Amino acid sequence: MTMPHTPALQLQGIVKTFPGVRALDGVDFDVRPGEVHALLGENGAGKSTLMKVLAGMYQPNEGRILIGGKTVAIRNPIEAKAQGVVLIHQELSLVPEMSAAENIYLGELPRKSLGRVDWKTLFAKSNAILERLKCRFRAEVTVANLSIANQQMVEIARALTVDARVVVFDEPTASLTDAEKVVLFDIITDLKAQGVGIVYISHRMDEIFTLSDRITVLRDGQYRGTLDTAATNEDEVTRLMIGRSLDLTRHEAPPEFGKTMLEVRNLSCAPLFRDISFSVRAGEVVGFYGLVGAGRTEIAETLFGLRSPSAGEILVDGQPVQITNPRAAIALGISLVPENRKEQGLVLHMNCRDNMTLPQVQDLTSGPFISNGAEIAIFDQYRDRLAIKTPSWKQSASVLSGGNQQKIVIGKWLSMQPRVLIVDEPTRGIDVGSKSEIHTLLRELAAQGYAVIVISSEMPEVLRVSDRIVAMYNGRIMREFDISEVTEDNLVQAISGIKAEEVA
Amino acid sequence: MSMFSNNPALRWLMHNPIWGFVLLIFVFFSLSADHFFDARNLQNIVVQTSTIGLIALGMTLVMINGNIDLSVGATLALAAAFAVDVQSWAAFATWGNWQILPAVCLALLAGIAMGAINGFIVWKTGVDAFIVTLGAMLGIRGLVFVYTGEQSFYAANFAYSDFSMMSLGPFPVLAVIFVLAVIAVHWLLSRTVHGRNTYAVGGNREAAVNAGIRVGPHMMINFMLIGFLAALSGVLLSTQMGAATPNLGRDYELWVITAVVLGGTKLTGGKGDIIGTLGGVLAIGILRNGMNLMQVPAFYVYVILGSILIAVLFLDKRFNRTQNGGLRL
Repeated sequence: MTMPHTPALQLQGIVKTFPGVRALDGVDFDVRPGEVHALLGENGAGKSTLMKVLAGMYQPNEGRILIGGKTVAIRNPIEAKAQGVVLIHQELSLVPEMSAAENIYLGELPRKSLGRVDWKTLFAKSNAILERLKCRFRAEVTVANLSIANQQMVEIARALTVDARVVVFDEPTASLTDAEKVVLFDIITDLKAQGVGIVYISHRMDEIFTLSDRITVLRDGQYRGTLDTAATNEDEVTRLMIGRSLDLTRHEAPPEFGKTMLEVRNLSCAPLFRDISFSVRAGEVVGFYGLVGAGRTEIAETLFGLRSPSAGEILVDGQPVQITNPRAAIALGISLVPENRKEQGLVLHMNCRDNMTLPQVQDLTSGPFISNGAEIAIFDQYRDRLAIKTPSWKQSASVLSGGNQQKIVIGKWLSMQPRVLIVDEPTRGIDVGSKSEIHTLLRELAAQGYAVIVISSEMPEVLRVSDRIVAMYNGRIMREFDISEVTEDNLVQAISGIKAEEVA
Repeated sequence: MSMFSNNPALRWLMHNPIWGFVLLIFVFFSLSADHFFDARNLQNIVVQTSTIGLIALGMTLVMINGNIDLSVGATLALAAAFAVDVQSWAAFATWGNWQILPAVCLALLAGIAMGAINGFIVWKTGVDAFIVTLGAMLGIRGLVFVYTGEQSFYAANFAYSDFSMMSLGPFPVLAVIFVLAVIAVHWLLSRTVHGRNTYAVGGNREAAVNAGIRVGPHMMINFMLIGFLAALSGVLLSTQMGAATPNLGRDYELWVITAVVLGGTKLTGGKGDIIGTLGGVLAIGILRNGMNLMQVPAFYVYVILGSILIAVLFLDKRFNRTQNGGLRL
């Protein structure tokens, strides 16, 4: 029996460096048995690195890890699990072609003689775990056929395969509905009552304040302090996190909007979304808010000609149009800044200029050759206009910061003279400073007369940039809010599938 | 699709379209080629298929694992050369028919060793398996020429070439060996932990690493298995010919990959099975045999097989595209 105050897990002075970066700089962290300890910090603050050290995926350069008061070396995830440390990944870490059961026991499938898999035990145990999680699917199903939320449940089920001392939840609710969240919180409370230490990583203050006992904040790889949840408030935590109070002001005084640039009527693309109707006017920013998998990105892809709608019509400038491919979309003045900058937005190893002129390089010719001068002129123009920080156009896009990469993508589309700009998750993986810069930029673009659609999963972001907010759930529009009538509560309700009562 | 899903046999065919194709060409040749349906000819098909089929079993493992092995044809030639040459070494001159044993063992070991080298390099350097085995393909073929001095070897012991003519009851021994290998590899892939981890590594390597699966050893084991199977195929082929030529097994890697891909294994890994691969090799075997009986010149067989390969993958792509909502990329 360990003493009640021996931490279940203790990290002391952890230092982890990567070439050129000190990702973790002397971080201390501990979890007591039966407590929920929230770990907070901006993107890039070192939370994930710290958890990877804990799970044995990275070896720390300095510092010690103590489990149950004893120093241990964790060389790989299996050793971590053997020590009772289980990590539930933020990005789904599943093999899509395998069954839920195999994923739950991945790496430690129960065996019979001759290295055979013991299917009976595997399915029995997995089904027992899924029942405990109140999941309404069986362990035999293939993971690829499950919804994102159910895949997340499979990921969580992995934590319950061993007698865990410490379970790390890395943003587990990012894709869960409210009902599923309740189940998850029950599980966490249950684990806690069994004396398991919980590390809970999340950006959502409300969750952290309902669940956690203590809060530790990291910033730029450094330990900023640990607070008792009961004795603190959101503002104090925010200040520790970003070094100042967060500017939550919405933009004011709705400007005069121009005429309707884009209108969508009863657009459907089975089974991804159904019956979508909305419009965007010049000078207006419309925010699309919803959970991952709600169908927002798919609508954008349809408007950009990457998918064929199964029903409904699209009107640009009041004229019905058929958008069968991105080339047609661009010709109509529709541009899409995609969700995944590095994979969909940029050719990472190409230089900044070439990335920016990519969609129009066939028009920038002099004779049979590409006109160098015309390309550089375009690059210079948008570098200045968007304040892109790069030493020269020759710089490879891969080495720029996230914010500057995003500006290159935005610049690329602005140079095509669009009328409608669709921006999908504009600040994903971008640090706080650049984030507000991008927000300001989006507002400025609207003010210059572009019709802007912003798709985002971050509530502060949609609240900050939008004039109107479209809330989506499960492929349908639940409600459309004017920025003046929206509150965090009714927005969360709408995206969780709860019908809003009619406002009188 | 929903009208099919009630009938389990039809549903099975939907997931294994290659077997529908096998059935189709089987019926077609039975009706239109005179001697196709003779028991003798059917035995022939299985024996002819077994050469490529054995390697395809290994290739299925390696490809599900997310790798590829282009060196199998060269490995086959090396093993055949060993098997035929070593039995005539002076050291074994007094062994009688037992002189075949060390020769075959050495040949199989050579195959395993080549696979182990491939696997080890892929594991430790992280260089793409395509490149590593492309190098191995050239290098091993070179070794074969060095070893044989550009000459063909002929088996001095007639027991060796008689082996291929033997039968177990009504079944030719080569066909029996192939069927046993199919069962063994199918069992390995679908029932054992190594098999399941092979899927996991190919399906999502990061997830496999995160789950603590040691990716490298699994890849190396699969490369050793394909090396073994290629060598076995080489030995059996040399018993059929009573000889080993330095050019043996040229282009076999392409036939094997064609068969495996026809059988539904994904080039990117994570998906596929032995049932499909068996369908793939049978499809190729039946087509070659049937068209041969109908006296279609061999080059047309190439044209037709090439077209079928592309058509099958095109249909598969169409099917998968509708599944992910028709994103045009």
